[in-house]
Order: sequence, then C-alpha cells, then structure tokens
Amino acid sequence: MNTTILLFLLQDGITNGAIYALLGLALVLVFAVTRVILIPQGEFVTYGALTYASLAAGRMPGTAKLAVVMGLIAFAFDLYAMRKTLHVPKIARTFGLNMVFPVIVLLASLWAADQRMPAGVSLVLSLLIVASIGLSLYRIVFQPLAHTSVLVLLIASVGVHLALQGLGLLFFGAEGQRGPTLLTASATLGSLRFTGQGMAVYGITIAFIVGLWLFFGLTLYGKALRATAVNRLGARLVGIRTTLSGQIAFLLASTIGALSGILIVPITTLYYDTGFLIGLKGFIAAIIGGLISYPLTAVAALVVGIVEAFSSFYASNFKEVIVFTLLIPVLLLRSLAAPAVEEEKD
Amino acid sequence: MRERWPLIVFAVLVAAIPFIPGVPPFWIVLLDNIGLSALVAMGLVLLTGVGGLTSFGQAAFVGFGAYTTAVLSAQYGVSPWLTLPLSLLVSGLAAVLLGLVTVRLSGHYLPLGTLAWGLGLYYLFSKLAFLGRNDGISGIPPLSIGSLKMLDPGTIYFAIWAAVLIAALLTMNLLDSRTGRAIRALRRGHIAAEAFGVYSPRAKLLVFIYAAVLAGLSGWLYAHFTRAVNPTPFGAQAGIEYLFVAVVGGAGYVWGGVLGAAIVVILKEVLQSYLPLLLHGEGQLETIVFGILLVTLLQLAPTGLWPWLTARLPFKPLAKKPDTSIALPARARSASAPSVLLQVDNARKQFGGVVAVNNVSFDVQAREIVALIGPNGAGKSTTFNLITGVLPPTSGNISVLGKAVGNAPPQDVVKLGISRTFQHVKLVPDMTVLENVAIGAHLRGHSNALSSMFRLDRGDEAKLLAEAARQIERVGLGDQMHQLAGSLSLGQQRIVEIARALCVDPMLLLLDEPAAGLRHMEKQRLGALLRDLRAGGMSVLLVEHDMGFVMDLADRIVVLDFGTKIAEGTPAAIKTNPEVIKAYLGATA
Repeated sequence: MNTTILLFLLQDGITNGAIYALLGLALVLVFAVTRVILIPQGEFVTYGALTYASLAAGRMPGTAKLAVVMGLIAFAFDLYAMRKTLHVPKIARTFGLNMVFPVIVLLASLWAADQRMPAGVSLVLSLLIVASIGLSLYRIVFQPLAHTSVLVLLIASVGVHLALQGLGLLFFGAEGQRGPTLLTASATLGSLRFTGQGMAVYGITIAFIVGLWLFFGLTLYGKALRATAVNRLGARLVGIRTTLSGQIAFLLASTIGALSGILIVPITTLYYDTGFLIGLKGFIAAIIGGLISYPLTAVAALVVGIVEAFSSFYASNFKEVIVFTLLIPVLLLRSLAAPAVEEEKD
Repeated sequence: MRERWPLIVFAVLVAAIPFIPGVPPFWIVLLDNIGLSALVAMGLVLLTGVGGLTSFGQAAFVGFGAYTTAVLSAQYGVSPWLTLPLSLLVSGLAAVLLGLVTVRLSGHYLPLGTLAWGLGLYYLFSKLAFLGRNDGISGIPPLSIGSLKMLDPGTIYFAIWAAVLIAALLTMNLLDSRTGRAIRALRRGHIAAEAFGVYSPRAKLLVFIYAAVLAGLSGWLYAHFTRAVNPTPFGAQAGIEYLFVAVVGGAGYVWGGVLGAAIVVILKEVLQSYLPLLLHGEGQLETIVFGILLVTLLQLAPTGLWPWLTARLPFKPLAKKPDTSIALPARARSASAPSVLLQVDNARKQFGGVVAVNNVSFDVQAREIVALIGPNGAGKSTTFNLITGVLPPTSGNISVLGKAVGNAPPQDVVKLGISRTFQHVKLVPDMTVLENVAIGAHLRGHSNALSSMFRLDRGDEAKLLAEAARQIERVGLGDQMHQLAGSLSLGQQRIVEIARALCVDPMLLLLDEPAAGLRHMEKQRLGALLRDLRAGGMSVLLVEHDMGFVMDLADRIVVLDFGTKIAEGTPAAIKTNPEVIKAYLGATA
C-alpha cells in the first residue's frame, strides 16, 4: 500500500466517521433522556436525505404530507389527554406546534418544489419536515410508553422503524437518489483532494459536538435534560417537565439525523432503506461510548469509519461482517469492566 | 397428571387438523410456518420474558441449524436424522461462544449486542462460498421414515408440531423446577438469587443455549421443509420479528410464544394478500401496518395477549399443597461448635474517598441475638454486604466458625450457613410465595436442568417444596402460600424473606430491618419467632430502627455511627451510653 491510498482511505474513513459520530451523539442523547434506543434514527437519515434530493429535483416529497398527518394525530392525542381540563393557552400551543407548523412547512415545500430554490432552502425545509416528524413521533409513540421498561420502548422503536421504512419506500420509490452538493469549492493538498462537501461534513460535525456540549453545560434546558436522564421522578419533583425534555431530545435527534443524511446524499447514492445500516454504525459508536459519553462516542465513530474504509479496500466482501464484529471485543471489554451494581428493573 | 390435560387436548386437536375434510392445503403450510416460528419464540420466552435477556439475534441461530443440515445433507449426503444432533450442537456451540460474551452485558447493551452479532452473522452467511453466498444451498433432501418421504407440507406438519409440543412440555417442566426458579429470579436482578447460591452467569448462559438450541431445531426443520436455504430468513429483520412474535403472544408465557406465532403468521398473510387489493399501492404496505400495529399493541397490552386471555378463563389452575412430611437432611452441626460463630475483625469499606465502614470489629456467639443499630448512613447495610460477600472488604477479616471468608462470593458464604434478608425487599413478584421461598433451599437440591426437563427431579423437588412450605407455616404465612409475592403487603413480604432465609437451614440469620412496615401484633410475633430460633440453636444478627423491638429482643447491641463502632454492650448499658445518646439526638444531652 502506498501513502496516497493510505491517506485516501483515512480521509474517507474520517468523513464517514464524522457522520456516524453525529448519529451516535443523537442516539446517546435520546437514550439518556428518554431511555428509548432509537432504531428509527436511520429513517431520519433517509428521510432527510431523500426529502432534500426530491426538493432539489423539483419534486414534492411525501414526507411533508406525513408530517402534517402525524401532527394531526399528535394534536388529537394532546386534545384527548387534556379533555378534563381544557386550558386555552395549552391548546393554542399544541395547535401551533402540531398543526400550524407542519402545514406551513408543507405549503413552503409545495412552493419551493415549484420554484427550484437553491440548495440552502431545500436543506432548511428538509430539516423542518423531519424535525416535525420527530416531534410528533415522540408524542404519538413514546410519550404514552414513557413509564414502561427499556425493552418495551426498544420493541416500540423497532415497530416505528418498520413503519417508517415502509413509508419511505412509498414516498421515494425503490430507486436510489443523489442530491446536489452544498459547497462546490475544493482544494488539493499534496495528493489529497479536499472537497467542499467533505469540509462541510467536518465543519458541521464539529459545530454540533461543540454546540451540544455548550447546550448541556451552560443552558437551563440542557441541564434539565441531563436531570431527566439521571432521574425521571426526581426531575419531575423539581418541576422539570419530562415531556418537554423528551420532545427536545427527539427534536434534536431527528434534526441531527436529517442533517447527516443531507450531508452524505451528495457523496453516496441513498436508497429508502440505506439509513438503517448507517444508523446501526452510529449505534456501534454509541455502544462503545456506553450510551453515556459524548466524546468517547465521537472518537469511536471515527474508529468505525476508518475500520470500514480499510476493510472495504482489503476485504470488501466482508466489510459489514468486520464492522459489526468490531463490537464483540468492545462488548467483551465492557463486560469485564462492568460494575457489580444491582439494577432495579421493570 | 391433571395439569397436563390441556396439553393433551391441544396435541389431539393439532394432530386432527390435517384429517378434517376440506381443510385447504394452504392452511397446513401456514400451520407449518406457525410451528417453526413458535419454536424460536418459545426459546425467546425463556430467554427474554422469563430470564430478562433480550435477544434480536435468534434468527442467526436458526441459520446455524439450517445451514448445518443443508451443507451436510445436500452436499455430503448425510442422513437428515444424523444431522439433527449436529444442527443442535452447532447452534448450541455458537450460543456458548456468543453467550460468554453477551450474557454478562447488562441492561440495554445486551439487546444491542445481539443485534450487532445478528447482523454480522447474516452478512457472514451471505458471503461464505461454502454456504452458497447469497444464492444459498438447494437440493436438500426431505425427511424420511422408511419409505415415507416428508415431501409435502402435510406430512412434515407432524414433525414440526411434534417438535413444538415436545419443546413446550420440556420448557414448562424446566420452568417448574429448581433450575427454573433460578432462571425466573434472573429478571429481578442477581443479588437476591446469588445470596442463596444461584450462579447467575451460569443460569443466564443456560437459557441462552436453550433458546439457541430451540432456534437451531427450528432451522433444521425449516431446511427440510423448504428444501433450500438462503441468508434472507436469518437476517436482522427476522430476528426482530421473532422477538415481536414473543411480545405479541406474551413474552413471559410458553404458550404465549405459540399464540404469538399464530397471530403474526396469519396477520402477515392476511396483510400481504389483502392490503394491495385494498389500497392499490405498491411497496411494503404490510410492514407499515405491521409496525403501527406493533406500537398500538404495546400501548394497549404491554404484557401480550396470552395473559390477557388466561385472565378471562372461567377456571383457575389448581395449586397443590406440598406434602410437608418429607424432610431434607439438616446441616451437620458439630456438638462442640466453637462459641464464636461470626468474627468481624477490623473490617473496612471505602467507596472512593468515602469510608462507609471504618475498621469495625465485633462478633456473634452461638445462640445469640445481636443487634446492629445506628442512625441512617451509619454503614449497617454495608456491613451486611461485607459479611455476605456482596461487596469485598477494602481491608480487614471476616471469619465464620474460625474460617476466613476472604473475598468469597455470596454463593460461597451462604454455603457456610449464613443467610440473609434485604432492606429493600428482593422477591420475584410474579412468583408465588412458595416458589420464592423455595429459592432459599436452592443449595439443598441437586437436580440439574436436564433432569428437570424430563421430570426426573420430582423426588428432589418434593423435598424442596416441603421445606419451603414448612418454613412458610413456621413464619405464619401458610394461608398466603399460593399467592403471588407481589400481592402481599410490604410487611408480609419481609416475613416471606425470612422464610426464604430459613430454608437455607442457617446457623446465622442476618436480618436487615425485619420489623419495618410490620404492625404491632406482627412485630410481637416476629420477636417470638426469633426467640424461638435462638432457642433452637440459631444466632441472629439484625439491623433495626425500632428501639423498643431491639431492646426487648437483643442479647447484645453494637452501635455504629458514620461507619465507626461507638459502643457495644447489653441493651441496658446502651440505653445509658452518652456516646449513643449523642449520636442519636445530636446533642450532649
């Protein structure tokens, strides 16, 4: 192997690893706050990517309609929950969040699909659509199950994955799509070419990691989220609305997922079911990070990306086998280091 | 025999279905698929619902079973009946290897770990040349007995359902035994079970292998049913679906697996054949509906449909009262036992910078009731955990009958004749009082999982249950014997814990706040019981906050404050000790 290939593989690995890091961070965030292991994170990725690609190609994405339908259901859930105490400001809030917001986004996408807007507009609209879906998803599926065990939440999460993936096929068809690049500029350094897209991936990943770190360290909402993660009941007793924490977590996770999708869709062709595999690799990073640690997850994601790049070069047939078995030694280490604490279950 | 009637009726019904005139052949195919899926789900019931270990990777074990027989019978011409044990062996061995890594994982790591190796193995199946890569292996011979070849779905039906019924019978036998109780205690955490001698990693590995072997059996049948295998049915999607089957039916119940398989297979069939007609759509409409139904079901009935159904049955299963005349051999007690039973010598426990127990020394003599008292956070429960091996001491010695305990795990400490109760009650709420108490006698039984499955353990089992029943009657809960432990009041649950500890036939009983939550009369009865035990030769070390109870009962009192022993003596001396008064009242009174 010569240095050029080595550097090229490293670069490829780091680019993919940065995406896995973003996803891993989102998974850690959702798990810490809601105890949901977010399998449908991969669907957020595909929805984001394919919505962006559709909008850029002048097609109206089905996801915008899905956002409106899910908003409607979420609103109905809220109304039903509030049937005893009809409190006008609260109804206005949920109406705005679940009805007005997705409808405005739908109208905007209808208009944007007609106009062939620049990539930036498609990006923002795609993020808004997927964010709205993520928000409603929490209200419809996970909020009613918030008190149940991790296992029940996990299986519900699998159910959501199945439904969203099926809907993805319905909306985007079985063919793969690519989207326009965000930055077209490029630079060469020695034998390495740095594309604008690659730089965007690095920049946005770093910005998000720093942003999340600041959010959790410095803001009241961030601290409230951490408190919910540590002790749900305790957080409620000091007046933190755990529902709000869950909403914020899902909002962030769906936005991050969609953003990762938009970042990679100009580099690789995405299909309606590609997101699942990408999300799973984010998972491996998150597991290595113990579903707790953000920096460890980010580092692990880079390792996953690099291992994947090298194994696809040397043993492309066994790429997935190698990436997934990477987890076994990690699990082994984790089990050897596992503390003998008793967990109160169920 | 009476409890087996429903199974016999079900078996007769299943055997009769193919002979009913007018049953469409397609129904038989569906029933075959239900049986195959039920086998895997039954393993998951034991693993996930009962043992609390969630696995998304069962489809990979089905793959091991199917590929083993496919390679051997299609490519080397080995008879399918010879490949059966090999298929089971390969799945079992794979389970041992993966299980050693996996079962020690706690909580959510476990399902994610299984998902990861499930995917890895799927890709491995689809890439290996000798497994035919993505095309798989075809031309697998059918099962045959003599000249009867099981070529069509109607004949292999009998093989599949015989396997399902036998597996159900063996699984139910296993659950209703000494090993079964240990498995059922796993889901509620390991500390309580380990305090009575259960090796929980071993029990977890056992259910893991059991579930994998059932999956391997399903794979073997599947290979000879479809007579061709490819990687698709062994992927992550299938693994998720098997778990779904178990959860729909009721993950805690053997028949829940069968019911779940029936519901899911039929539902999928209906969705696949009618949805496209209904909606004129393309694509995976059935997965969308499937996913939505799954979420709805979890929101409405999180424990599955089987318990929902059985709760509506007009009759309840009869509980048989164990015959208390059969006795277990008692622990050998030497007549000239040394007078010091337990010696705690300079025991110290540090958690980081916090000294929870600070060089504490005391002893417990034979036939003595010693009370360990002190304000909250004084280190009393930590001392208990040091003595019983739950926590290793940072320094110091603890010895029982002159033998140093060292860093012995709880399973070894209980063998020395020390048993305990817990400050926070650790019973299995969905097991009866009798079954919970019988866990206490775990070490006094000897039957293993295999003998339980084939019911060779009944003599041993009768003795364990008799002992449990005797101890329950001794503590005065005879009327609650067949109630679920979770339905008792907190005070009664503490008494159940005492009965469980007595099943060890201990020399020293460690009670952590036994009187908390008891009413006045119950406390008096507890005091009388403890005096009775002392008269019978047992020693008791108890932590208690009810001073009236302690002063009345204890021969000697040890007082801890902030991890340090501040006083020791008779109740009368402790009452007037200025240090003790200061610790409790916080003033130089």
